[in-house]
Amino acid sequence: MKKLVISIVLLNLLAACASQKPKEAAAPAPAPAPVAKAAPAAPAQTAVDPLNDPHSILAGRSTYYPFDVSVVQAADKPLVEAHAKYLSQHPDRKVRLEGNCDERGSAEYNLGLGQRRADGVMKMLEAGGAKASQLSAISYGKEKPRALGHNEAAWAQNRRTDIDYMQ
Amino acid sequence: MLRILSGTLGLLMLAHSAVSNAALSIEIIGAGEHQIPIALVPMGGDEKLGAQINDVVTSDLTRSGLFRIVDSAGKSPHETADVNFNDWQLRGADALGIGNVSVQNGRIEARFRLLDVVKHDQLLGEAVSASDSQMRAVGHRIADLIYEKLTGDKGVFSTRIAYVNRQPKSYSLIVADSDGYNDQVVLKQREPIMSPAWSPDGKSMAYVSFETGHAAVFVQSLLSNRRRAVADFPGSNSAPAWSPDGKQLAIVMTHDGSSQIYLINPDGTGLRRISFSGAIDTEPNFSPDGQSILFTSDQGGSPQIYQMPASGGAPQRLTFASGNSFSPRYSPDGKSFVFANLTGGQFYIAVQDLQNGQMQTLTEGGWERKPSFAPNGKIILFASEARGRGILATVSSDGRVQQHMFTQSGDAREPVWGPQP
Repeated sequence: MKKLVISIVLLNLLAACASQKPKEAAAPAPAPAPVAKAAPAAPAQTAVDPLNDPHSILAGRSTYYPFDVSVVQAADKPLVEAHAKYLSQHPDRKVRLEGNCDERGSAEYNLGLGQRRADGVMKMLEAGGAKASQLSAISYGKEKPRALGHNEAAWAQNRRTDIDYMQ
Repeated sequence: MLRILSGTLGLLMLAHSAVSNAALSIEIIGAGEHQIPIALVPMGGDEKLGAQINDVVTSDLTRSGLFRIVDSAGKSPHETADVNFNDWQLRGADALGIGNVSVQNGRIEARFRLLDVVKHDQLLGEAVSASDSQMRAVGHRIADLIYEKLTGDKGVFSTRIAYVNRQPKSYSLIVADSDGYNDQVVLKQREPIMSPAWSPDGKSMAYVSFETGHAAVFVQSLLSNRRRAVADFPGSNSAPAWSPDGKQLAIVMTHDGSSQIYLINPDGTGLRRISFSGAIDTEPNFSPDGQSILFTSDQGGSPQIYQMPASGGAPQRLTFASGNSFSPRYSPDGKSFVFANLTGGQFYIAVQDLQNGQMQTLTEGGWERKPSFAPNGKIILFASEARGRGILATVSSDGRVQQHMFTQSGDAREPVWGPQP
């Protein structure tokens, strides 16, 4: 996890430098220069919330599931872990996990399934360092579909948990 | 406004506006195995009112699929003495309805007779009375009398249904007559409404509303419209079901970890957990004797129907058919249950005998969900889809007659049949 966060920070730094010196920044010779540059850039780094960086993994706010499954899938674990780390570093931030389902199943069963999906993400965030007081989980079941249509393309969009940062 | 109108003119205007404002338009598919041929002569006296009532009776009996309406044109007896039974026998009618109706002191007074054409005998002679804004109620009452006399089962034309109408930006909880007329908005809001449940006395409605930002259970009086949150705990609170005596609700909550079934008093006190599977246990439904609860659970790996004692205890799995099963409800006699079965990507409405476990699929399949029995056990109301819209549908308990009911706009969903008034 630490590795992951460090690499994110590095990516952000590189992205910040990229517009001015795309290749040179990586060269070893002018090493002091980038460091000297990085120092004044640091306040700017904290000012830009990585949550608002479209290139950050934190830009991803949804986990997706197979039919009738509520366990966070391997592909989505890095995303959830990154949010856990962010939340542990920003104890003032709160998120609401919103579970959703495709339309197959009764409204009430899907409400339960969506809650289980949201609770699953919540537990993983807590295990990753977020505080329980930062987290809440609700379910919309199949009541608020993102995509309409009786087909797998729509269903796949709707089987998800949204990580919603509260303002 | 309707009360200001009086006399025949007022009734006529009411009837016309009711026709143009019918919340649901109805299509009938199929017919009963043995249709009873019946002729209905529009009642005499106030002939316009008689014709309106006759339309309601005719449409009720036709919708049931159990009657064939014999043409009564050219003949208009209103008293038994004026009836030439041979005429009606020649037209193929077994039964004949006649009578008179008038409006007195703001009330509709109808005298109705049902005659046995073959035996030249009177089967029924009843006086039906209602306020002059209740023309349709008079028709439903007469249709109930005919239905009960000729089929032996209680009629359900005077009962009501509830459903949720979803528009692009709003959800409305609607209560209407069983034919979709007299629709009234119980609650309208932007956030979803789910799972309406009639109290056994028909005076209150429990439902799930997302107005507090998540699913919470409310109970609302249909008389005063006063409402209270019964369960609004963190997580989801849902799936309310009334005990037959109306003193308890079974609800589903997730605040102990997963969707589990609890009992709670309608005033929000006396919370008690009764299911402990750790899986999703939901959609509880009390047996008519109050002793057992049917519910949906995935404790065996996929959603299936289970039964347990209403006081809690070991659940027993009831459905083993292919696919997943949801939304169980006991039949009014407690001998079977209806549910939605999802097999091969299609939802079917099915019934299963509680004694021998035999399952019968009643519908052809599609997006058919959320079934509930009419109080007489002869008709099942469910949510379906047609022409890309959510509609209400009914199927007779033998699967022979189906109806599709279209709302004027939006999607109709989450229907539930109300109790006998």
